[in-house]
Parts: sequence; structure tokens; C-alpha cells
Amino acid sequence: MENRLPFIDVLGGPGGRRREDFTSFEYTLPAEITSLYALTPTETLYQIRIIDPTARQRFTFQPGQFVMLELPGIGEAPFSISSSPVRHGDIELCIRRVGNLTNFLARLTRGARVGLSGPFGTHFPVEEMVGQDILLLAGGLGIVPLRSPLSAVLENRSNYGRVDIMYGARNPAELLFTYQYEEWRRFDINLAITVDQAGPGWQGPVGLITEVLKERLGQAGSLATGTCAIVCGPPVMFRFVCDLLTRAGLPPQKMFVSLERRMHCGRGKCCRCNIGSTYTCLDGPVFDYWSVMNLKEAI
Amino acid sequence: MLFKVFAKDELPKLFDLLAANPVIAPVQKGVDQHGVPLFDFDVVHDFADLRLDYTSTIHSAKRYFLPYAETLATFTVDKGGWEKQVDLNIDRRQVLFGLHACDINALNKLDKVLVQSAYPNPFYAAKRRNMFIIGLQCTPRPQCFCRSMGTDFALHGFDMFLTDLGDSYFAEILSAAAFQFMARIVTREPGHDDHERYKAVVAEKNGRFQAKVDSSDLTKILDMEFESPAWKAWGDKCLSCGTCANVCPTCYCYGVEENVDLDLTGAVKTRRLHSCNLIDFAVVAGGHNFRPHSHARLKYRYYHKHRGFVEAFEEALCVGCGRCGEACLAGITVPAVIASVREGG
Ligand SMILES: Cc1cc2nc3c(=O)[nH]c(=O)nc-3n(C[C@H](O)[C@H](O)[C@H](O)COP(=O)(O)OP(=O)(O)OC[C@H]3O[C@@H](n4cnc5c(N)ncnc54)[C@H](O)[C@@H]3O)c2cc1C
Ligand code: SF4
Ligand code: SF4
Ligand code: FES
Repeated sequence: MENRLPFIDVLGGPGGRRREDFTSFEYTLPAEITSLYALTPTETLYQIRIIDPTARQRFTFQPGQFVMLELPGIGEAPFSISSSPVRHGDIELCIRRVGNLTNFLARLTRGARVGLSGPFGTHFPVEEMVGQDILLLAGGLGIVPLRSPLSAVLENRSNYGRVDIMYGARNPAELLFTYQYEEWRRFDINLAITVDQAGPGWQGPVGLITEVLKERLGQAGSLATGTCAIVCGPPVMFRFVCDLLTRAGLPPQKMFVSLERRMHCGRGKCCRCNIGSTYTCLDGPVFDYWSVMNLKEAI
Repeated sequence: MLFKVFAKDELPKLFDLLAANPVIAPVQKGVDQHGVPLFDFDVVHDFADLRLDYTSTIHSAKRYFLPYAETLATFTVDKGGWEKQVDLNIDRRQVLFGLHACDINALNKLDKVLVQSAYPNPFYAAKRRNMFIIGLQCTPRPQCFCRSMGTDFALHGFDMFLTDLGDSYFAEILSAAAFQFMARIVTREPGHDDHERYKAVVAEKNGRFQAKVDSSDLTKILDMEFESPAWKAWGDKCLSCGTCANVCPTCYCYGVEENVDLDLTGAVKTRRLHSCNLIDFAVVAGGHNFRPHSHARLKYRYYHKHRGFVEAFEEALCVGCGRCGEACLAGITVPAVIASVREGG
């Protein structure tokens, strides 16, 4: 017998039993930025396409899920998919410049190569919302993850009841996707936009999103049964909005939020995204409010 | 389960057979200020360097399966684009000679979260699958509380486990490879006497435990005492140095960093173990820190180990080895923290 113990290749060569499991880690899909469009001085909309057509078609996701995007030597970070699931691996990301990777990305040009992995995380259950009224509440960059469930709703508009979008930004210059507002309205969606501070030419309401929501709730301060809400925004917004919705009678399991944490893997391995002891990347980023109520230090 | 008994002078022979592979084992690294020997795991070439009488090691054997820094990928970059190369950083089997039950159980716990889960980590899995482990019955120190954590005996996750019976070793053989190696040294079937001697050794071991952690209903108690002043008190002592995570056999949290080569033709992606006690652990874009205070971070470490992991896997992510308490300059130990939190302050 050989004294040297035989080496075990966990990947097991092509067709290895767990090869696919193991290669979902670190083995990113080559993708290409097909276009960049500056929405504001700090936010850019990227069209990104997985290069291999088979892999692109195989890439299926649900609204609310995110990808990890990588640039060699620069970094890797999570971004919510902002496009419709029907587009598969030809996705849209809207990214704010905040640091290394995001600033570098904004300087790239069409055709630049990036690495993608995912999709990761939980999603907004739009299928289970069929037949119901939907409230979409977004603050700031929170509109980005909301666009994916929104497009799923628009594609099957007749499946849903009344749909409201309430969107708040700090000032009119920071409003994202302004070019789509008319289109949303054409799909019979009630769009209410508010800003914290008015700017030149601003005619809409000024104030917090909670004011807009209170208006929607009306005198009765309550919601029709069969209403669902999706809430995305900064942590302070969750607290106020979810409180209001709770008082309006919305049960916690019909309220969905998308939480943001630091992420270094997206796969439940680095623990950077943990809330208490829950993985935001696996058990989230989309949580129903009942789960959030059970999480220490969530919002 | 197969048992064998062999004379002590057969062990160097077994070592020599296994030494065709890299062998990692406890060695003495020095002495502390009281003259007490300090041990650590290292690559051992000579049986004489081995210290099977070691109490515990300063660090766990973690760097052989979760290196503190590990290259996850390298990139070659040129004008047309870039290519990524992934290397799992292992090309041979490694022998871990003389792991105590706590450290074997630590591996079993890591297996649950790193391999038997969604998105198994191939870097860890490759190293874990390529281990050959010889376990060794320990002599508990006063600070060991593995018994409270249910990790004082290892049921699986090793190839062979040895118990010192004085003039001979009692061997528990778990893998075919271990069985084949044992066939090449002189062994015998254990008799009634050996069984009695084994049980006596274990009874003696059980009598030595001093430190205790009451983990009954702890997940609930941790929730009830989330706002306990005890956390603040421990947090005020904590230096946020991350030493506890560094020495811990079960701490696996990490961060990833990427660097461009100086000649701009390549890049490297490195995974570095991190500690949830370090201040930047939960800082996100825009500078917001979800755990800005040391007490929030210290509390989180206990939450992850004694609540979250228990909910997910019905066991704690702590094997009671006591290393963190011993290494901590602020004198923060698991039994003391949990006892004070249970008391509600
Ligand atoms: C589920 C999820 C979805 C997201 N979706 C979007 C989106 O659609 N659009 C968008 O613009 N942003 C999104 N983000 C935030 C985005 O991940 C961060 O802006 C990005 O990581 C910053 O990277 P950077 O290299 O530019 O910043 P860095 O230079 O690394 O640092 C800037 C700041 O970001 C923090 N940071 C570093 N790495 C990470 C990380 N991996 N995760 C979180 N924070 C980090 C640092 O602590 C620092 O405070 C999302 C985050 C999560 C968790
Ligand atoms: S508990 Fe002790 S070892 Fe851990 S970070 Fe705090 S001071 Fe450092
Ligand atoms: S937390 Fe401390 S006692 Fe528990 S396994 Fe880690 S180092 Fe050992
Ligand atoms: S991002 Fe690594 S565990 Fe969630």
C-alpha cells in the first residue's frame, strides 16, 4: 500500500457529483456592459449582458434578487437587479457612486467586461400578490429594487388591483427614472412623488413619504383587505412607514421590505451581512415584516 | 466501530508511515512567564518533535483549512478583457495528528455551514476532504467547558481516535484508510481489561471539568436579555481587537479584497478572515455602521454562536475550548459572559 494518501478532487472533474454546487462559488459568469446612462451625477444605469447565450438564458431570477458584480482588482459588491425577469441574463443595474468599485464602474465604457454571479437572495412574491392591491413605497435608491417587481406587475397589469407607487427623494435632482413616470401612469398606476426640499421648477409635494402615505390612507386611515406593500429605502423610512401600515391594518406577512447590509460573498459564508444571526444574503434581502419583527437589530 | 490496542512504541512507526504526507501536529513553541509550555500546531517532520501531552494550543489548527489569508482567484488582464483563474489551494492530503475532540467537533460544525449548506465553499471543502485526522483523548484544563457544549467527545469527522491507556493506545478506527495503516503496525484486539482501562481513563477525564456554561434555553434567554446592561459592561472592557476570533476554531467570518498587480497585467482576489469585533465589520456604503459600539459587536459574536447557529443547526458554534478567554487581554471568557447575561446584568 502507498503511504501517500490519494488526493481527492472535490470538483471531481467534468460531471463530478457536486461540481455544479462547488463551482457556483467564485466561478463568475463573464458579462459585458452593453450601455451606460447617467441618470443623475451620482447614479448610472447599466445594461449588462452575460456573454454566453446559453448561460444568459439559464440565468433566471425573481424580482428583488441581487447579483454580485466583480471587476478584477477593484472589487466585488451586491447590486439589486432592476430589470424585468423576462429579460433573463440581460440585466439592468442602477448604481450609485460611493466608493472604489462603484466609481470605477462609472468610468467604464460600452463593451467593458465584468464578472457576474447570482442571482442571490429572496424575492418579492409578486405571484402571490395576484388579485390584490399593491403599494410600492420607495425612498431614495430604494426605487432601484422596486423596479423589478414593478415591471413584473406592468407585464401582467390586469392581474392586479389598484397599484400605487409612492416615491420620496431628497430633492428633485435626485429623482431617478423620471423618463418612466408617464409610462407607469399609462399603465394605470397611481404615482405620487415627494421631495424633502423643493428645487427650481418643482411643483409637486414637499415632505416625507409618510405624508403621502397618510393621504393615500385617507380619513379612515385604513387599507382595503387584500392589500400588499413593498417598502424599500433607508432604515429610518422602514420604521415610520411600517408603523403606519401596521396601524392601517396591514398584517405583517403582507408587508415586504428589502434590507441592505455589507456583503462579501452573497452565499451565506462570510457573515458580514448578518442581522443578529440571520443572513441577509440568504434569508433576505427581501423579508416580510413578520420576520423583521423577529430580528434583533434589523431596522 | 472497530477498536484496536497497540503498544506505545508502535506509534512512531505509524507516524513514519503517515509522514509520506504533510503531517500537522502539536509542538511546543515556548514557555509563558510562569514557565508553562505553550503549544501550537505546526508541520512536523520528526516524531520526536510531537507533543502528544499538549494541553491545548494557542491557535486552533484553522490555518490549515481556513487560512487567515487565501488567494481566491487571480486575473490576467489585457486590453481585450480579462480571464479569471480559480485555484482551491490544495494539491495533496494532509494529516492532522493529535486533534482533541473539541477541534474535531469544530470541523464538524464548520462542515455544516460551509459544506452542507446552499453554496458550499469549495476552498474549505477541498481542504476538509483531503484531511486524514488522528484524534487524541485530552486531559481537560480548568478553563475547558467543552462538556457543557456537548463537544467533549467526537462521534465522527476523523479517521482514527487514540486514547492513552498508560503503556498502550486504545484506537477507535473510523475510516478504511486508517484501518489499512493500522494493519501495518503491531496491534491486537482489545480485551475486557482494555475496555475497563478505557472507561477508567474517560471517567478520570470527566471528573476534571471545572468550567461550566449553562446553555439550557439560551436562545430564548439571549433574546430576553438583548438589552441587558451586562453587554454594555463587557463591551466597555472589550478592546475590539479580534484576537478571540483569531484563535477560535469555529470563527470563519471573512472579508474579500482585490488588488491590481503593479504592472497592471493582473489582479489578485484575497479572502482574509475577519472578526465581528473589529469596528468595520458591518460598515456599509455611505459610511453607516450597523454596529458602531463594541458592546453591539461583542453581543453579536455571542448571538451568532449561541443563538443563530443553534437555530440553524441545533447546536452552538462554540466547542468550549477556552482559547478565546485565554487569549483575550481584557479577560473576557465565554462562561463569564453567558453567566452574567443569564443573570440579567
Ligand atoms: C442586497 C443589496 C443590494 C444592493 N443594491 C444596490 C443597487 O441596486 N444600487 C447601488 O448603487 N447599490 C446597491 N447596494 C449597495 C452596494 O453594494 C454598495 O454601494 C457597494 O458595495 C459599494 O462598493 P464600493 O466598492 O464602491 O465601495 P467601497 O469603496 O468598498 O466602500 C464604500 C463603502 O461601502 C461599504 N462596502 C464595501 N463593500 C461592501 C459590500 N460588499 N456591501 C456593502 N457595503 C460595502 C464600505 O464599508 C464603505 O463604507 C446594494 C447592497 C446590497 C446589500
Ligand atoms: S473579547 Fe477580548 S479578544 Fe475578543 S475582541 Fe474583545 S478584547 Fe479582543
Ligand atoms: S468561542 Fe472561544 S471557547 Fe468557543 S470555540 Fe471559539 S475559542 Fe473556543
Ligand atoms: S454576504 Fe456573505 S454571508 Fe451574506
